[in-house]
Amino acid sequence: MDNDKIGQIIDKYQGEASSLIQILLDIQHENHWLPRSALEVVSKKLNLPLSKVQQTATFYKAFSVVPIGRHEIHVCKGTACHVNGAQDLLEEVEEVTGIKPGETDPDAKFSLKTVNCLGRCGLGPVIEIDGKTHARMSPAEISDALKKYE
Amino acid sequence: MPLIKSPEELEKVREEILSRRDPHKLCISVCAGASCLASGAGEVIAAFKAELEKQNINADVDTKGSGCPGFCEQGPVVVIHPEEICYLQVTPDDAGEIISQTIVGKKPVERLLYTDPDTGNKVVKMNDIPFYKNQVRHLIGNNIKIDPKSIDDYLAQGGYAALAKAMHEMSPEQVIEEVKESGLRGRSGSGFPAGRKWEFCRNSEDEHKYVICNCHEGDPGSYADRRLTEGNPHNVLEGIIIGAYAIGAQDAFVFVGDEFPQTVENMRLAIKQAEEYGFLGKDILGSGFDLTVRISIDGGGYVLGESTALMASMEGRIGEPKTKYDHATDRGLWAKPTVLNNLQTWANVPLIINNGAAWFRQTGTDGSTGTRVFSITGKIKNSGMIEVPMGMSLKEVIYDIGGGTVTDKKFKAIQVGGPLGGFVPESQLDVQVDYDQMTDAGLAMGPGLIVADESTCIVDMVKYFLTFLAHESCGKCTPCRDGIRQMLHILNNITAGRGNKGDLELLELISTVQKKAALCALGQGASDPLLSTLKHFREEYEAHIEEKRCPAGVCKALGAVSSGANV
Amino acid sequence: MGEVTLTIDNKEVKAEEGMTVLEAARSAGIKIPTLCHHEKLEPYTACRICMVEVESRGRSELDTSCSRPVKDNMVVRTQSEELTEIRRTLLELMLSHAPDARELQELVEEYGANRNRFAKEPSFCIHCGLCVRYCAEVKKKNAVVFVKSGVRREISFNKEIASRECWKCRECFELCPTEALQTAYLLTEALTSDSSSFELEPDA
Repeated sequence: MDNDKIGQIIDKYQGEASSLIQILLDIQHENHWLPRSALEVVSKKLNLPLSKVQQTATFYKAFSVVPIGRHEIHVCKGTACHVNGAQDLLEEVEEVTGIKPGETDPDAKFSLKTVNCLGRCGLGPVIEIDGKTHARMSPAEISDALKKYE
Repeated sequence: MPLIKSPEELEKVREEILSRRDPHKLCISVCAGASCLASGAGEVIAAFKAELEKQNINADVDTKGSGCPGFCEQGPVVVIHPEEICYLQVTPDDAGEIISQTIVGKKPVERLLYTDPDTGNKVVKMNDIPFYKNQVRHLIGNNIKIDPKSIDDYLAQGGYAALAKAMHEMSPEQVIEEVKESGLRGRSGSGFPAGRKWEFCRNSEDEHKYVICNCHEGDPGSYADRRLTEGNPHNVLEGIIIGAYAIGAQDAFVFVGDEFPQTVENMRLAIKQAEEYGFLGKDILGSGFDLTVRISIDGGGYVLGESTALMASMEGRIGEPKTKYDHATDRGLWAKPTVLNNLQTWANVPLIINNGAAWFRQTGTDGSTGTRVFSITGKIKNSGMIEVPMGMSLKEVIYDIGGGTVTDKKFKAIQVGGPLGGFVPESQLDVQVDYDQMTDAGLAMGPGLIVADESTCIVDMVKYFLTFLAHESCGKCTPCRDGIRQMLHILNNITAGRGNKGDLELLELISTVQKKAALCALGQGASDPLLSTLKHFREEYEAHIEEKRCPAGVCKALGAVSSGANV
Repeated sequence: MGEVTLTIDNKEVKAEEGMTVLEAARSAGIKIPTLCHHEKLEPYTACRICMVEVESRGRSELDTSCSRPVKDNMVVRTQSEELTEIRRTLLELMLSHAPDARELQELVEEYGANRNRFAKEPSFCIHCGLCVRYCAEVKKKNAVVFVKSGVRREISFNKEIASRECWKCRECFELCPTEALQTAYLLTEALTSDSSSFELEPDA
């Protein structure tokens, strides 16, 4: 993500330090993660200590400070999904991809994240791959579902 | 669209919208809530449109993606107006049959109707399905008739009439009086009377005041708040505007999670439309009152439900709760007088202004008036978003609306209030949806109800909530951060077959201290799931510790093969 | 500023309006334990060890004395069985991180805390935030901050700022109730993790 783009986002919020979270959210949406270089630009432009920007980037759940792979897998850990077997599902995803939540595989193919609740509790357990919902998943279906992604 | 400058102009616009609409015209409503969309509602809508065009009757029949009517588990839900014929689990392949059979042939498609599990009878109309029949749907009843992206749909249902009435027939004080009279209590769970809070803020000396609509809903397994906002954003917005007028606030914010894109999108559009029509901005409806509403997106974190953390986050800081001795109504956001109410509180306001406090009080109990919107999920047959009158017992909610447990497995407990709530066993299901009764039963009035059956391990559930809180606590104070860490450590041992005598007493000690010493409501309530289950399901803990046995067959270290899924 | 009179442990205490209960108690020679409190810093209310029982306007509650403003006619109790249990348990939770921290030892004796009550989590840090807040509020440098949340919360030095500021300051080291172990360790780690980007100043 280039600095001009980050500059445009910051300008949208009139460079106000109080908009730090909104600015980081916009960068996260655009770039899918927050590289250190982006945090440095934000820190400079908002005149905030870099440490404070890093603190914010690691405090809130929406941000990732590690690179994201080509495909994002979100396993819903909402309560309804939990009672319907989300843990088994997560373990199977970990097994197939070889990564744990918060990680990206070495080929940068998949990133895995658990989310608190996708709000589709009637369809649980639910996983989301690149924003597409897979409802009522069973561990046996994981391998096939992930095969489709390159 | 020209700005609407008076109640008369509003009524003219409304008449004009209605005159363009034939109430007898057929309309196919497909739920476009996040859950139905995930089940393919978008494709279903496209299939209907294509089919109508193919049969060359697209001029005679409307199609619309509507707000969520609630029966999420059976989605995509399709309702044909004006008869309100309800089809469930509709796929794009069904579109042709529905159109030739129902739209053209005027006959229902039997196989897509709801089947009563007891009698085997088919139910044709939406409101005859027990799931709907047993609810009181003041807030969400119109969702199926409203495209949340259309302000005209909201106006066609009488929208913004309450705003016009409040601004032109009532003084701000009269609005506050009416809300006080209605008995409306904050829907966030604490249940503070809304009208009194508004009055404190109005009377606060600082002239610059803020209003916040909390749409954060960080509870896992609960989606009522976001779905309600997403399904009828103008209803929430109208409530906010009326409230801001009563309080004398010039700026309002909708605080909503980044993880709810549909809610953000629909609310953002609603604000834009309201500005275009003159319900927001300068001199609203010619009243002289100005208001701006902005969306503040939160970066995610359950602790943001705590008011001081929420405001810190809105100011661009870390969402850490603070010890405060001022009320937010005196010193809140940016140290200005602020009213923070949950979106369900705001959503009730237009109802109260339109129908009057006396009407509102007719529903509910003396201490808890009106209705409450929940999501009910877990091991329940009819999972979805529901609206129940205050005073309804949990038993009625589970069996009359929810249809009981999903399989023939026995009911074990209903979890009320999420990670800071409690579990209710079968013997206590007479507890009513009522602030005072819930508090007495150690429960919180959160928006999520989760049903557990005998295949659910209570110890595992409590461990689940504490794992959640271990990540979602801000981590500032010792009793919360380290208390949760140690409770989790002990529970991990118990479910791994390494439980010891004395573990339960130690858990109780941590809970007691945490409850008294933690800085905010998150820490103070973190042990509630644990304490309620130690009270009602102690023998299940003891089986894990003493017999190294998981009665529900969930804990793998104790011999289970799967973690509770219905396989 | 007006003067108020309150009762702390049955003793009548005069205090200035705007003072905290902790300040009033200390001015009267009444001891209340603290760990995250520092005179130069804003009240933080994180360690909770300074909790006392406060009775004001007919309501009795537990509150942190480091933050609670004094009020006329307030009645405060700094010792009770309940408070002892709270302080002891809080200490035991902290001992799971820093069992040998000097500053905890006296309190361990006083409250009869058991070092081995809870499973060890040897991070050495009790999250008092003194280093973080001193750096932000007094030094205005923000070289050390808390990162992450919940049980993963930890202190972290920002190496650009730290390489510029820390070697000549190091005032936070002596504030650390766990004897600067964690502070020094993390600082070193931060400074050496990518040593190519800057030069360390020689230790004077």
